[in-house]
Amino acid sequence: MLVNETIAIEHGLKSDEYKKICKLLKRTPNITELGIFSAMWNEHCSYKSSRIHLKKLHTKGKKVIQGPGENAGVIDIEDGDAIVFKIESHNHPSFIEPYQGAATGVGGIMRDVFTMGARPIANLNSIHFGSTQHKKTKNLLRGVVHGIGGYGNCMGVPTIAGQTSFDRSYNGNILVNAMTLGLVKKDKIFYSKAAGLNKPVIYVGSKTGRDGIHGASMASASFDEKIEEKKPTVQVGDPFTEKLLLEACLELMSGDSIIAIQDMGAAGLTSSSIEMASKGNLGIEINLNKVPCRETKMTPYEIMLSESQERMLIVLESGKEEIAKKIFDKWNLDFAVIGKTTNTKNIELFFDNKQVANIPVNTLVENSPMYDRKWKKSKLPKKNKIDKATFKSLKIKDTLKKILSSPNVCSKEWIWQQYDHTVMGDTIQKPGGDSGVVRVHKTEKAIAATVDSSATYCWAHPLTGGKQVVCETWRNLISVGAKPIAVTNCLNFGSPEKEENMGEFVECVQGISEACKYLDYPVVSGNVSFYNETKDIGIKPTPTIGGVGLIKDYKKMITMDFKETDNIVLVIGKTEGHIDQSLLSRIILNENNGPPPEVNLFNEKNNGLTLLNLIEKNFIISAHDVSLGGIITAISKMCIKGEKGIQIKKPKFLINEIEYFFAEDQGRYLIEINPKDFKEVCKILDKNSVHYDEIGKIIDKDMIIDQKTKLTIDELKSYNTNWLKSYLV
Amino acid sequence: MKSSVITFPGSNCDRDMDVALTKFGFKNKMVWHNDQELPKSDLIVLPGGFSYGDYLRCGSMASKSKIMHSVINFAKSGGLVMGICNGFQILVESGLVPGVLLRNKYLQFICKNVHVKVDNKENTFFKNLDKKVLELHIAHNEGNYFCTNDQLKEIEDNNQIAIYYCDQNGNTNDQINPNGSIKNIAGIFNKEKNVLGMMPHPERMIDESLSGEDGSIFFKNLLNNIK
Repeated sequence: MLVNETIAIEHGLKSDEYKKICKLLKRTPNITELGIFSAMWNEHCSYKSSRIHLKKLHTKGKKVIQGPGENAGVIDIEDGDAIVFKIESHNHPSFIEPYQGAATGVGGIMRDVFTMGARPIANLNSIHFGSTQHKKTKNLLRGVVHGIGGYGNCMGVPTIAGQTSFDRSYNGNILVNAMTLGLVKKDKIFYSKAAGLNKPVIYVGSKTGRDGIHGASMASASFDEKIEEKKPTVQVGDPFTEKLLLEACLELMSGDSIIAIQDMGAAGLTSSSIEMASKGNLGIEINLNKVPCRETKMTPYEIMLSESQERMLIVLESGKEEIAKKIFDKWNLDFAVIGKTTNTKNIELFFDNKQVANIPVNTLVENSPMYDRKWKKSKLPKKNKIDKATFKSLKIKDTLKKILSSPNVCSKEWIWQQYDHTVMGDTIQKPGGDSGVVRVHKTEKAIAATVDSSATYCWAHPLTGGKQVVCETWRNLISVGAKPIAVTNCLNFGSPEKEENMGEFVECVQGISEACKYLDYPVVSGNVSFYNETKDIGIKPTPTIGGVGLIKDYKKMITMDFKETDNIVLVIGKTEGHIDQSLLSRIILNENNGPPPEVNLFNEKNNGLTLLNLIEKNFIISAHDVSLGGIITAISKMCIKGEKGIQIKKPKFLINEIEYFFAEDQGRYLIEINPKDFKEVCKILDKNSVHYDEIGKIIDKDMIIDQKTKLTIDELKSYNTNWLKSYLV
Repeated sequence: MKSSVITFPGSNCDRDMDVALTKFGFKNKMVWHNDQELPKSDLIVLPGGFSYGDYLRCGSMASKSKIMHSVINFAKSGGLVMGICNGFQILVESGLVPGVLLRNKYLQFICKNVHVKVDNKENTFFKNLDKKVLELHIAHNEGNYFCTNDQLKEIEDNNQIAIYYCDQNGNTNDQINPNGSIKNIAGIFNKEKNVLGMMPHPERMIDESLSGEDGSIFFKNLLNNIK
């Protein structure tokens, strides 16, 4: 087939990008070469719209062993141990085919982690659906949950935490972000940089089929009414093969045979071979007849662009082929020597004894397009004036009931009970807490992980929203007693070709970077997903942050359930009464405008570190961060989990009750302490200039707010747990 | 006491079982499914997981693997064999215990703590257990035990029901049944009571930081009974 501009445009390339390819090659590419360019130069693989801004992220720190740029980030957790982790999106495929889309998202991120030599020890996910009234939402939710469970459960990796939200802006574009953490010895980390000449290039794992061809290009475009036709671009997952691949790779990695290893994810054999060659500043020669195929008569074009799952590419030390083959035979996996490293710095492909592609590696990577797209700065919206009469008309009990049973606050037990969260025998904090926590096998240490996003805040003011999400993960880690170490980010946005969307991206990234820098909480890995829009309607900007922290002595882990009658409950951090963009404002007052709560990084850090200090001194009996729905929502959850009540003291502030209870001011926590420690705790808080209010005392049963307002624990529980079940049954 | 845990392709609770057995004093060996011979053992465990990806039917392909010939012979000669979760499914498929395991009633994977009632203590697994109700953990998609009426009668006549799903006080009823199992059956013996298949995972409940500690009670008691 002769290539021309029309064909290039059908491949998702722009006219000037095609011209650039011809210029770089000094000739017209053939169809295989064009396919390779389109796969490497699309938004998903090249980060062409985001690269220039991602450079501004804060990525350095004492604990960082590997920052962005590898398969996943790596952090030091002492004693020679390291944690490898990353989050990735699988939004587009999950909307087209929810089960397979979500399943292969989970499979892909686990592969990124064990490619580096780490055994996966925990999975997390952040999933976002359209309005609960939208006709597709239920089926998408069921399919995604089923897919995440189907893959993760079979792999035997516990799913320890997650986030589920509903918002109209996801009606035509759901989000599925999957995160994995793996454990590795610091001196046994594997990278994707090839080295040495004439080293064998090995293909292992599943056979290559025609599934997923152009998957990465599909993920780099918006949807229209023809999305059903895109089903063949969604890959089909086989978690059983991936489990075998995991065990086989780790077995091979325990020796010294591997020079470089890279999983075949987006753009399959194309991006994996080019990535390894590019990082090693080498060439690679591949004989495509050697690639194990599951279908007959596959063309070079199809073999190079297939996104069949559960495959790896390895550059092996010469002479180690037999050792490696024996291991993959044991696990019943395909093993083939398909090529070698060369000094040409080109990728050369052969098929039926003919050269079918010859492209300088640097044209695909360093010379890939980079755009500084136009973006629009957003203004901080004006504060809403809510008159006092509005607040007076609200009853606390009714309001709380509505909030506890609202889709974004209600218990997600229906979801996480379908995920195996206890396999591997080290899960010490299950889903439903502030963070999931797993022990580092056979040690005293534990790793806490959380995943969060606040699209509403980001939509109202991207800069503040970006900061807020980072702080939310920081608080979730502190609340379980973990010292926050680093984050991974998954940046889900609309089309970068629109100034508003690009502006949201740029300012969210700026906010994330500022917060990460201030909190010494670097970004070590991540991914960008643009074009989350259908027929021109984009999603709310949704940067998802996955935070990871260390608990040195797992016996000191904190949970949120109230424990002991007569203990005192304090609110850490100041309540100013910020209602705009709160759940109260949006679902009770039906007011969607106004600025998000302000993020004060000094207070955030000071409050968090002071609380960690109190935990270290064994003063804290339970803790929970205050977020969506404010103080009273957070207290309700502590009551429900602990099956204890609370006698609430009325605030002595100028702001009214409703504002006090439902405001979403940042940097706040609730803590339970023993009355005998009260003075000492207050002394430490005062010394560190941390604001606190005494909000109540734990009692056996019932939440008592005042003489007229009393709720039983069963009432709170039923508000909180019934909604999702009844929605889905 | 010596134990062996079999690893099939797709097993994923083999390590957890090894950790638990070792913790409570067994000398445990891991055995590969493709081996022919079992090491000398007082107890053989078929662990949980997704052997062969649960393809075809859960446990069916694993039940035909090389090592299973030895496991079946070991069981027939009176050796103790225990199958947990997918291991239970393999036992059913290999005919070592009666019945079948269907998909859960609500067609969902379930991961949660459950209580089980131990009725029958005249066997090596539960003899001398001083608790009647244990809190254990389930994590499965196909744990809905089913058998024909004739089989059920035989099972009941022979006292082959090992454990029932129940509430914390030991009451069994439909509401407490997590997966639709006939008679709330969570675990079952062969006629001779030297083979036990059960869905709950005692190996996930072996210290206070995990979901609970009743697994420890089970393993300690088992070790004492074998001694």
